[in-house]
Amino acid sequence: MTDVNSTVTRAEVCAAAIADAFAEDGEIFGSPMGTLPMLGARLAKLTSNPDLVMSDGESLYLGGVPPIFAKADVVEGWIPFRRVFDVVAYGKRHVMMGATQVDKHGNQNISAIGPFEQPKRQLLGSRGAPGNTVNNRTSYWVPKHSSRVFVEKVDIVSGVGPKAAKEAGPAASKYNDIHRIISNLAVFDMGGPDDTMRLLSVHPGVTVDEVVEATGFELDIPSEVPTTREPDSAELMIIRNMLDPKNIRDREVPPVEATK
Amino acid sequence: MTRPRSKQMTIDEVVAQLTDGMTIGIGGWGPRRKPMALVRAILRSELKDLTIVSWGGADVGLLAEAGKIKKLIYAFVTMDSVPLEPNFQAARQNRTIPEICEWDEGMFQTGLLAASQRLPFLPMRAGLGSDVLVNNPDLKLVASPYADENGDFEEFVAVPALKLDVALVHMNRADAHGNATYLGPDPYFDDLFAMAADKTFVSCEQIVDTAGLTTDVPVQRVLLNRMMVTGVVETPNGAHFTNCVPDYERDEKFQKHYAASVKDPEAWAAFKERFLSGDEAAYQDAVKAFHAEQD
Repeated sequence: MTDVNSTVTRAEVCAAAIADAFAEDGEIFGSPMGTLPMLGARLAKLTSNPDLVMSDGESLYLGGVPPIFAKADVVEGWIPFRRVFDVVAYGKRHVMMGATQVDKHGNQNISAIGPFEQPKRQLLGSRGAPGNTVNNRTSYWVPKHSSRVFVEKVDIVSGVGPKAAKEAGPAASKYNDIHRIISNLAVFDMGGPDDTMRLLSVHPGVTVDEVVEATGFELDIPSEVPTTREPDSAELMIIRNMLDPKNIRDREVPPVEATK
Repeated sequence: MTRPRSKQMTIDEVVAQLTDGMTIGIGGWGPRRKPMALVRAILRSELKDLTIVSWGGADVGLLAEAGKIKKLIYAFVTMDSVPLEPNFQAARQNRTIPEICEWDEGMFQTGLLAASQRLPFLPMRAGLGSDVLVNNPDLKLVASPYADENGDFEEFVAVPALKLDVALVHMNRADAHGNATYLGPDPYFDDLFAMAADKTFVSCEQIVDTAGLTTDVPVQRVLLNRMMVTGVVETPNGAHFTNCVPDYERDEKFQKHYAASVKDPEAWAAFKERFLSGDEAAYQDAVKAFHAEQD
């Protein structure tokens, strides 16, 4: 058993911040992509939002809440890819995706770096980002905050931010809902002027200046920036002993001491 | 007793029905249940100038590297445990595929559905506001004839029908008439590919008699009905190195070897010589030998 009284790590702060992003969702399909989003969404299901619907990321709805990367013990339904698309259009879904680039207006790029015609670096392709962002709540997770990720303007718009959605008309903006952008340094939403990224909180041990320094555009920064909350002892017990006993989370967000 | 006709054929007989310039849809999803034996047969053929429609994995990477693709319609190309497909990346970064259409992954389903229903398009939100519309200037919008609750006439993407000349899919079991089952977790969209195509060729792990399809298998797993199918070919391990659960998982060791080989010209030449210079039987033998070395 891991000691629940030991220092809270950065990864654990991120897990709680991600859980908070799913806390108010109610009975919808939570679709986390990546290690920390998976951990955070499962933490939400075990604490703030037991009604959250979750899948194994393949084709089954999970009845219970197994550790991350474990197989389902109880199954409560079937969600092959065709039904994922159905739920996207139905709207009862909150997806947390990764992002190779995010810009000031909350546009996201996972397609390619450089010009589309001949990219410097071809990435995955836009996947479901265009459809997700005009249909269901979407958040982004950035495990390594830097000015290479947070750029003035993304090279290719895969996920659509609120300003671009409004410009594209009511069919695009009606269900556009970029909820949270969470990085290893801070939490953001799109509440800045003219639909820009706003700093909501900095993680314990991080200064506002550090966030500004690591961001490639001008953030909206309120006069008072709170500190992201630390997970409480019950949450730490769940993270450390139930959901991620092998400490996979530290591989995605290493402990801060180790990186200094 | 009268029976439906047999459509059983060989891999070479399937490829003989393909011609230059065809639009070919490839079933499965990324690195999952791909008709790789048929893809390998295309690699060996003289076919060229193909339009490929695929939720892509190594099928796209291999066809791109072999110079078979004139136009690619995709939403992603990935091998999951190796997120970026190196042959596809190289093709994009060196601009060797003349026409590139990157769509949203849900648009694919809508495009196949339109084709399967013989409609020219179906409306969808996906794409609005994104660079999918910028980079595919052929995609048009369509206005709703009905006002929404705010009195707006919403404008949607008119996703064009993804009409296919040929669909290639890989299933776990089929009968000789073309009825076929998937036994894994996800049907993917293989039925839609089949219905969007003029001709559909099904490769499968095993051909069984019709009654055998539903022995210990729920009838809901019979995804393809024979009226959608032109030909059936038995290709054991034919989805390799993608998965075909429960028959087999993805061959991670081989996939790693593939990905590493692509990054070095000499290693890639050796890979092609070893695995892709012979027929399907030679390929399967070479894979067996590869694993014997690893053990």
